[in-house]
Amino acid sequence: MKTSLSWLRDYVELPADLTAEQLDDALTNLGMEVESIVDQAATVKGDLVVGRVLTIEELTGFKKPIRFCTVDVGRGVPQEIVCGARNFAEGDLVVVILPGGELPGGFKIGARKTYGRNSNGMICSAAELGLGTDHSGIIVLPAHAGTPGQDARPVVGLDDVLVEVEITPDRGYEMSLRGLARELSYAFEAAYTDPGRIPASGATASTPYETKVEDVVGCDRFSARVVRGIDPHAPSPEWMQRRLLQAGIRAISLPVDITNYLMLELGQPMHVFDLGRLNGPLVVRRARPGEKLTTLDGVARVLDAEDMVICDDSGPISLAAVMGGETSEWQPETVDVLLEAAHWDPIMVGRTARRHKLFSEAAKRWERGVDPTLTLPALERAVQILTAHAGGTVDERVLDLDHVRKPDVILLDPALPAQRIGVPYPAERVVELLTRVGCTVAGVEPLEVTPPAWRPDLVAPIDLVEEVARLGGYNDIPSLLPPARGGTGVTPAQQRRRTVGRAMAENGYAEVLSYPFVAPGLADALGYPPDDPRRSAVRLTNPLSEEEPLLRTSLLAPLLGTLKRNLGRGQRDLALYEIGAVFLPGGSSTPPPAMGVDRRPSDEDWETANAFVPHQPWHVATVATGEIEPSGWWGPGRAAIWADAVEAARITLAASGITADRVSVAAAEPAPWHPGRCAAIAVDGVVLGHAGELHPAVISALELPKRTVAMELDLTAIPAAPVVQGGRISSFPTALIDVALVLDRAVPAAGVEAALAEGAGELLESVALFDVYESDQLGEGKRSLAYKLTFRAPDRTLTSEEALAARDAAVASVSAKFGATLRGA
Amino acid sequence: MSYRNDPYDPKQASLLSPEALSEAVGAATAAFAVASDLDALGALKPAHLGDRSPISLARREIGSLPPAAKSDAGKRVNEARQAVQAAFDARFAELEVERAARVLVEERVDVTLPWDRRPRGARHPITTLMEHMGDLFAGMGYDVVEGPELELEWANFDALNIGPDNPVRGSMDTFYVDLPGLVMRTHTSPGQVRSMLTRQPPIYVVCPGRVYRSDELDATHSPVFHQIEGLVVDEGITMAHLRGTLDHFAKAMFGPDARTRWRPHYFPFTEPSAEFDVWFAQHRDGPRWVEWGGCGMVNPRVLVACGIDPDRYSGFAFGMGVDRTLMFRNGVGDMRDLVEGDVRFTANFGMEV
Repeated sequence: MKTSLSWLRDYVELPADLTAEQLDDALTNLGMEVESIVDQAATVKGDLVVGRVLTIEELTGFKKPIRFCTVDVGRGVPQEIVCGARNFAEGDLVVVILPGGELPGGFKIGARKTYGRNSNGMICSAAELGLGTDHSGIIVLPAHAGTPGQDARPVVGLDDVLVEVEITPDRGYEMSLRGLARELSYAFEAAYTDPGRIPASGATASTPYETKVEDVVGCDRFSARVVRGIDPHAPSPEWMQRRLLQAGIRAISLPVDITNYLMLELGQPMHVFDLGRLNGPLVVRRARPGEKLTTLDGVARVLDAEDMVICDDSGPISLAAVMGGETSEWQPETVDVLLEAAHWDPIMVGRTARRHKLFSEAAKRWERGVDPTLTLPALERAVQILTAHAGGTVDERVLDLDHVRKPDVILLDPALPAQRIGVPYPAERVVELLTRVGCTVAGVEPLEVTPPAWRPDLVAPIDLVEEVARLGGYNDIPSLLPPARGGTGVTPAQQRRRTVGRAMAENGYAEVLSYPFVAPGLADALGYPPDDPRRSAVRLTNPLSEEEPLLRTSLLAPLLGTLKRNLGRGQRDLALYEIGAVFLPGGSSTPPPAMGVDRRPSDEDWETANAFVPHQPWHVATVATGEIEPSGWWGPGRAAIWADAVEAARITLAASGITADRVSVAAAEPAPWHPGRCAAIAVDGVVLGHAGELHPAVISALELPKRTVAMELDLTAIPAAPVVQGGRISSFPTALIDVALVLDRAVPAAGVEAALAEGAGELLESVALFDVYESDQLGEGKRSLAYKLTFRAPDRTLTSEEALAARDAAVASVSAKFGATLRGA
Repeated sequence: MSYRNDPYDPKQASLLSPEALSEAVGAATAAFAVASDLDALGALKPAHLGDRSPISLARREIGSLPPAAKSDAGKRVNEARQAVQAAFDARFAELEVERAARVLVEERVDVTLPWDRRPRGARHPITTLMEHMGDLFAGMGYDVVEGPELELEWANFDALNIGPDNPVRGSMDTFYVDLPGLVMRTHTSPGQVRSMLTRQPPIYVVCPGRVYRSDELDATHSPVFHQIEGLVVDEGITMAHLRGTLDHFAKAMFGPDARTRWRPHYFPFTEPSAEFDVWFAQHRDGPRWVEWGGCGMVNPRVLVACGIDPDRYSGFAFGMGVDRTLMFRNGVGDMRDLVEGDVRFTANFGMEV
């Protein structure tokens, strides 16, 4: 909503010395968002004066005709000015900015030589002064608009303050001068004149035009008046054009300008029909599905059964409340007009506006709610202004089909505002504030409050509480902490994400937060088999990018994109991690049960509804490429390999409180990993994810560096961390024994270690692999694994016989299971 | 050779003379003093304290003395011997200290050499900031809750009094999916709804998390961003409690000078509603009010839809953008830095925010 301070002052007696800051504060504290307050007088700097053109000399020989003028600017010697415009004559009054001045946009004016002449200043157009977009010529002032040398700002309307505010969707009444002025009257406790309360002719027995409203839900009031024989060429008065321009509305013609002006003044959108182009009686009804109407913007629209239309014998002639039609619209030669002011159902208008993507100024007001008592005052004003400027004869008959329901009385406990706000408003104060916003208050306890017609948003006691708090002043509400209640803080799942995240960061990984949107082709690039469940992703129906409409089913898919972006920015050694939700399929094509809002959904409905929500477990993923241990003056670095990814998985599980003995690692071959370099990571035998080197085909398809490694685990599926048992620390010495075992290369180290532990029994404290040696000298396809076994007893110093017996048992266990032999034995 | 009753022969016993012994001690002391290191000192030891040293030779002569003189001479030799030993020990200690000092000098390294062989990782500041916010409220007795990002439309809109005709439900603002009745949550407020449906008052929860709006990415907007939402439902809760909570939050986030300023506003799920600014003294462009979030008293319609008696209980709710908070609190100028995943951005924050 844009308007000017001078227009507001027509209805509210604001302080004469009101500053922009005071105005800003008042509007803000009333609940409006102030977009801008612009003092126009300050937008043009320096001397902007009225001048009279004395002589004009046409200069020829240039690309365009140029005029060299002398202009009386009230300073003795006439000013010499070169001007490119041609829409003026000798003797005209014009607007001149003198050297030293500055136009909006920082355009400084000086004395300069141009087209071979001196030019001291500039004759201004409206656009140059920031008064609109008219570049067609300079401003020619009316003959007696002023005297040369006087400040031109008040003459051209550059002495006003422009105000632009954003109105919240519940307060349609603020989208008018009437409403804004009323609100400001609260803030400044200033006298207010309601432009909507004027004597207006009421409905007459016979109507000026036969009209029938078939749907009084969509249109609960329809009023109209007729004026005949107006001067079709009468222009809109200058003050009206200026105010429309200040509101950002283009002047079109007197009848149309009047409707726009009154929409701004009162908040009542109106429509003007060419009486001569109407065929037969008007009918206001719902559109028939498929009916067509070409609206004023030239668009042929197919109507919906919910749209309201105004029809004549030819069919729909106006898309009610939103936009008129071409066939009935005012024309430049129109002499007989029908002025319509109606009241439309806000929900209908909102739907129609969205359906047809027609967000007109009228629709914005209808959607937010319009005072239904304004139709007759608005028509009265329209008829007055129209006949004052264009003559014509007013038809004395007035059409008014009124089905408006009176607002319901709201019963308000006078103590409720204090109970909800925490400010002790006495009952008298509550009554005073509600009365001030236009309510009628009767009764004592409860108060019987009738909201004013312009406040359809006031329907429940809490709505009235809000008005009390707002006018009472939000910033006077005290600051008080509520009493502490026992809480449990962070959940175990949140705690786990935190710990895992920190562990990843401590181990050199940097966290990124990727968008969860992925391209359908990524599933192929990642080598997912045709039946891979990760292919069935939830799809956005209105994605920002048509290329990435799917929700991630794995973190790696988008994370690899983030990796690539970093590579593209010149990073070579990268270790990234991400913790986030993935979206698994399993939804349904049928909607969840409908649940109302007038009471809590039943437990069954709520449970059923939640079954329609796809599972969204939290995952953790890492990717690494380049050197994971950098080279430096100390020597060469180390490139990230598959084992780093597996270790990242182990770190995750350790950080989640899962002890190593519950973790198992086994060779696996799922996409997108290298089938020979991928580990399935399991806890208690349940696979939770994979880690290893990416498949060469994936690396090639995604253009990633060779040997890029990755890990992804389902964090949600990791079992809850158990209560950790302390155990007892033995203070007896250890016995250390090394064993080197020769095995088939295919035997996994993890299995060997498990067999060693199983065989060694309780005396084994730890087992550590310290050498892997592959050589055909060991036998074809064999390798040697060398372990350091540490034995210790809780209650005694082990004898060497005991330790050796345990060692032998460990070796025997591996031999039995995998056919291992002791190396060198 | 010698016998106890041998007559005294002063010539043979000349090594035992006080002068000779004194000379031996002096010579030894002088020699030790010029030994430049422990090895040189060690090399001098046989000559002055060994079997062939003057004092050792003198000791052998004691036997040749008459019994009456033996005691005296023995005492003299011992004293001399002790004096030489003491001189040796003293010099040894000196040289040992010198050597230790020299070793320290020789072992000096350039401690400014880098040793980042194990690169440090970092956490995303949004994660860390959300954690701080959650912890602050946990300390005030709140539970930190969360809900699904792909959410029931009912929980995201209807239950929050955002009716079917509210424009925010349009595809210009909300991401819809190919599953009916579900949306990408546009705010963390459905977390409120879930809390109220699954808990009994008193309810004190905050819900941090990721939210979605169909805005193109630019310097100040992202289709994916983060919010933290607070909800209290209890008996006797007023707007003053809301103000106290936000003021406390502001001080914890921005320092003791922080305070909030409220502007009446409209949200379907709260009434009365306000937007609030925070006074941020450390703003990089100077102290100023910064828009921070929205808040209000839970609309009784929301309580009813969630099965809470609006006559017995009242509540407040508030929410703010975590990304926005990070941007002004930590001087991040461009939203794109938060979402593009450039490691340099994350690394800059390390483990803190």
